[in-house]
Amino acid sequence: MAVNEAIIGRDYPPLPPYLVGREKVREFARAVFSKLPIHHDVHAAQDAGYPDVVAPPTFPVVVQEGALQVLLADPDSGIDYSRIVHGEQRFDYSRPVVAGDELHATIHVTKVQSLGGHSMVTSETRINGADGDHIVTAISTLVVRGGE
Amino acid sequence: MMTHDITTLEVGQVLATQTFPLTRDSLVRYAGASGDFNPIHYRDDVAESVGLPGVLAHGMLTMGVAVSPLLEWCGTEYELVSYQVRFTKPVVVDPETGASLEVQVSVGALIESEDGTPQVRCDLTVTSDAGEKVLGKAQAVIRAA
Repeated sequence: MAVNEAIIGRDYPPLPPYLVGREKVREFARAVFSKLPIHHDVHAAQDAGYPDVVAPPTFPVVVQEGALQVLLADPDSGIDYSRIVHGEQRFDYSRPVVAGDELHATIHVTKVQSLGGHSMVTSETRINGADGDHIVTAISTLVVRGGE
Repeated sequence: MMTHDITTLEVGQVLATQTFPLTRDSLVRYAGASGDFNPIHYRDDVAESVGLPGVLAHGMLTMGVAVSPLLEWCGTEYELVSYQVRFTKPVVVDPETGASLEVQVSVGALIESEDGTPQVRCDLTVTSDAGEKVLGKAQAVIRAA
C-alpha cells in the first residue's frame, strides 16, 4: 500500500510534556560516547552558563521517537511499520536541551515523495520549552520500502 | 580564554579524528538510553529473518557518536546551530569482534549568518571498518555559545 499523500501538511495533537531528567542525560551521553563534562557534571555545565547538565545534540530523538509513533498510529497514513528505514535526520537548534527542561512536542508531515517504488515521508517535530520558546526542531525522513 | 577562534579556520582543515569501537554492549546501552528497542539492533535471528547481513548499529547511535569529536573540539565555547546526516550504509556489528567507526571532522564552509555572527559548517566523514562511508552529507554548523 502506498503512503497516503493526504497526510502532507497534517498536524497531530501535541505530545504529553517530556521532563528531561539529569540521569537520563548522563545515560544518553554515555551511550553516544560523549565524555564532555557539561553532559555529566552539573558544576561544569553551570560554569559554562547552563542551569544543569546539557543533553547531547541527538538527545531530542527520544522525544521525536514518541512523535513518530503518533504519526505511524494514524490509520490514514498507509505507512507499513515493518518496511521503514531511517533515511535522513536533521536537527535545527535554538539552544541545547538541558536537564529540567519540560519539552512540548508537536509533529507535522511536510513531505511525501515517491522514489523508485519507495515512499519518503518527511516530518518535523517542533520542540518548545515550558515557556513556549523554541528549543529544537527534529526533522526525520523515513523511507518506506515498496513491495517486492 | 578562547582556545579556538573559528574566524581563522580554513576550508578543508581537519579539526579532529577519532575511532570508536562499537560492540553489542554499545547497542544494548544505546537501545536503553534512546528507547529504540527495534530487535534488529540486538537479535541475530530477527536481523536474519528480515534479510539483513547481521545485527546493525542504530543509525541514530552512529549520528550521535559522529558528532562527539566535534563537541570535544568545541568545548563550551561553541554550540550547534544545526546537525544533519543521511544514513547511506548500515554498520554491521559482529557479536565477537564488534565494529569500529572512524570519524574525521573537517571545515566544510565558513558562513556569514543573518545576524553577522560567524558560523562554520563542519563536515563529518564516518567510515566503518569495512571501509565504507556510512553517513552521507553529515554536516554540523557551529556558532559561538
